[in-house]
Amino acid sequence: MKSLSVRNLNVWFGEDRNRVDAVRAASFDVPSGGSFGLVGESGSGKSTILRAITGLVPTWSGEIEIDGAHVAHKRGREFYKLVQMVFQDPYASLHPRHSVDHVLSETLHLHGFQDIDTRVNNLLDDVGLGRSFRFRYPHQLSGGQRQRVAIARALAPEPEILLLDEPTSALDVSVQAEILNLLSDLRAEHKLTFVMVSHDLSVVGHMCDSVAVMRDGEIVEILSVEKMRRMEPDSAYTKHLLDVSLNYASAQA
Amino acid sequence: MTTETTNSRRKESLRDWLLTDTPTSRRHAKLASAYKSWLRLRSNHMAMFGLGILVLLGFVAAFAPWLAPYDPYAQVLSDRLLPIGSEGHLLGTDSLGRDILSRLIYGSRITLYIVTLVALIAPVAGLMVGTIAGYAGGWTDTILMRITDIFLAFPKLVLALAFVAALGAGIENAVLAISLTAWPPYARLARAETLTIRSSDFISAIRLQGAGPVRIITRHIWPLCISSLIVRVTLDMAGIILTAAGLGFLGLGAQPPSPEWGAMISEGRRFLLDHWWVATIPGLAIFTVSLAFNLLGDGLRDVLDPKDGAS
Amino acid sequence: MNLLDVEDLWVKFPTNTGVFDAVRGISFSLGRERLGIVGESGSGKSMTGRAILKLIRPPGWIEAKRIDLQGQPLLNASEKEMRSVRGSRISMVMQDPKFSLNPVMTVGDQIIEAYRLHEKATHRTARTRAIEMLEAVSIRDPERVMRAYPHEVSGGMGQRIMIAMMMIPNPEILIADEPTSALDVSVQGQVLNIMDRLVQDRGMGLIFISHDLNLVAEFCDRVLIMYAGRIVEVCDADKLHDASHPYTQGLLNSLPRLDAPKTRLEALVRDPEWRQQPSVSGLL
Repeated sequence: MKSLSVRNLNVWFGEDRNRVDAVRAASFDVPSGGSFGLVGESGSGKSTILRAITGLVPTWSGEIEIDGAHVAHKRGREFYKLVQMVFQDPYASLHPRHSVDHVLSETLHLHGFQDIDTRVNNLLDDVGLGRSFRFRYPHQLSGGQRQRVAIARALAPEPEILLLDEPTSALDVSVQAEILNLLSDLRAEHKLTFVMVSHDLSVVGHMCDSVAVMRDGEIVEILSVEKMRRMEPDSAYTKHLLDVSLNYASAQA
Repeated sequence: MTTETTNSRRKESLRDWLLTDTPTSRRHAKLASAYKSWLRLRSNHMAMFGLGILVLLGFVAAFAPWLAPYDPYAQVLSDRLLPIGSEGHLLGTDSLGRDILSRLIYGSRITLYIVTLVALIAPVAGLMVGTIAGYAGGWTDTILMRITDIFLAFPKLVLALAFVAALGAGIENAVLAISLTAWPPYARLARAETLTIRSSDFISAIRLQGAGPVRIITRHIWPLCISSLIVRVTLDMAGIILTAAGLGFLGLGAQPPSPEWGAMISEGRRFLLDHWWVATIPGLAIFTVSLAFNLLGDGLRDVLDPKDGAS
Repeated sequence: MNLLDVEDLWVKFPTNTGVFDAVRGISFSLGRERLGIVGESGSGKSMTGRAILKLIRPPGWIEAKRIDLQGQPLLNASEKEMRSVRGSRISMVMQDPKFSLNPVMTVGDQIIEAYRLHEKATHRTARTRAIEMLEAVSIRDPERVMRAYPHEVSGGMGQRIMIAMMMIPNPEILIADEPTSALDVSVQGQVLNIMDRLVQDRGMGLIFISHDLNLVAEFCDRVLIMYAGRIVEVCDADKLHDASHPYTQGLLNSLPRLDAPKTRLEALVRDPEWRQQPSVSGLL
């Protein structure tokens, strides 16, 4: 188990005149073994925070610490053994020409594992797919099955922190329930720390202990899920978000 | 469990085994997906027609000594310019009394030789330049793409002529010249594909496993670029054959007495008005092979295009 | 008379291994009401919407006993006749406005063109009507939006523009296929309200296709629940939460809820029997 701490994180795209500040001065702490949610509407910068933590976006400033250890801009393989990410769209996050076996074996190979064959089978069992799926290609899998493969890939290096970028927003509700249950099980089993991004407050409410509400690149409020359930947020924006997600008809602006 | 599956597999036909959605090994998965592509290609009759012609071309080239009725270089001056259907000379003879059919058959070897070499050199060079430029971006991209632009700015044949003139006439130099002029469009294509692939989630995902740029380019980007390149190459083949024939026609490609089809047209040109078949028959051969490549290319596009080929 | 009657509709696609039935013999009618069609991906709900307009691309094809638009049979209508139905009598709003608007024409030009396709009008009247329509969908600065290109407007704005365009010829039926799925929740509500108001004011029929049960329950009058190409249940929208079919219940239970936390979500267990059950009729 590892804790994650983000201090004064700024992320921007472009330079000079074209510079867009996607995230401004974001700070939050995730205790080890905790589950932290980032919510907000599209363009609020919630996914960008995950991409900055993983180094997929190189233009950031501030402090990112894992268990008190500073994360440098250039990340090595040790970092990716600790932190992994699951992407939003399972249709886009798997290489269309690579079989499940290829995806998982390559990941294991990159992390220097020797017993690749048994590990691939174990990973498939872990995510509830079973070995019969091992040699299939992505186009032979449903959305939920693809997301399970993506989760298996993220688990392959045995990370301690899992970043989840809207892991169920592209899936049907019944499949969403299965994937959320799977994630909860895996979190308990592998003692993972979660950071989950979602636009769906009820999903975050189900999965997380505390939540940061984002708007236009800034964190408006960090509150516990209990407080959110009691509908007692401090900021008006959070209140508004809660209202519209519970009742569409009331969303008259 | 295992014995049960092997038993049941024996009962299935090979076709079912290949069409399965639940492959049981790496090899099985590869074969199954190749078989499905083949089925899709087979349903395209025009493409199969093109493929048939090309297979025939390969066959003719491989067995030229057995198929050709005469030595392609043997001159019989008493039998000059015999028309089509003359006794013993199905397609007539040329100005030196050489059997046109035999020359055509041996010429197919040269055509295949040119086509294969160019198809090996130009797209590979283009793929390397394009994917590196697209993935690296920044200065690398700018420099590589400006070089590409310079090559693109010249008309193909003029550039090829310049190269052949500098390197000396001959079939190998012609191939080299054609390849040098043919790679830039492939580089462009590969770069455009790379730009869209580069930002996709599956590339981000493999970066998060610590994969380096070389692995990402060769293992993840190339497989996706190659299919559109193959399609493009088959469609360009006609142009390559024509350029080779054009160089031969201008006397800068294959040298007489070599039975290269373009050179044959060039020789026949002088007699075009009175003895039309001498130039027309190799022309028809070039036309047929070009058409075959185009038809096959169209069919391959339907099969290989990653945009809708997956499902 | 009903606005639309569909009886025994099938949508079929040929595949390597035989014919695949995307929609398997469903029947329903549409009055002057808001009819919701819910189901998961692959349930055939979108295919149903497209089949009504005969927009199934070959090699797929449609079979039905009848598809009647106010008593007028559409089933054997020629492509030319269908073109006059599409847009002017039945309109369709798609999920993502980004793909429905032409990226190289300004929003204004597109609305004006759409209007003049249906009405003989001068450019000036068309322009005035276009601005009125944009105002009707609560766009505050219509003059500016008219000059904008589709990439310069937000998703919610784009969807409102699409709705405005679809409403111009005053269709009798609006088919909305996941019109708000690509939008943020706060914008969703606005777009739905606008659509609702237009449908109510003009006495149109609305077919609202969505995967979101709660949304449909709140927004529609009557709901068809589709599973594997068939209708498994028809019910009044306000009684959706008391639905009887185990599939509908399963879908409702699998949703996480803020007000009722639980440690594990109920995963839907699919009964193979559901596929075989006959399609429930949604005819009025």
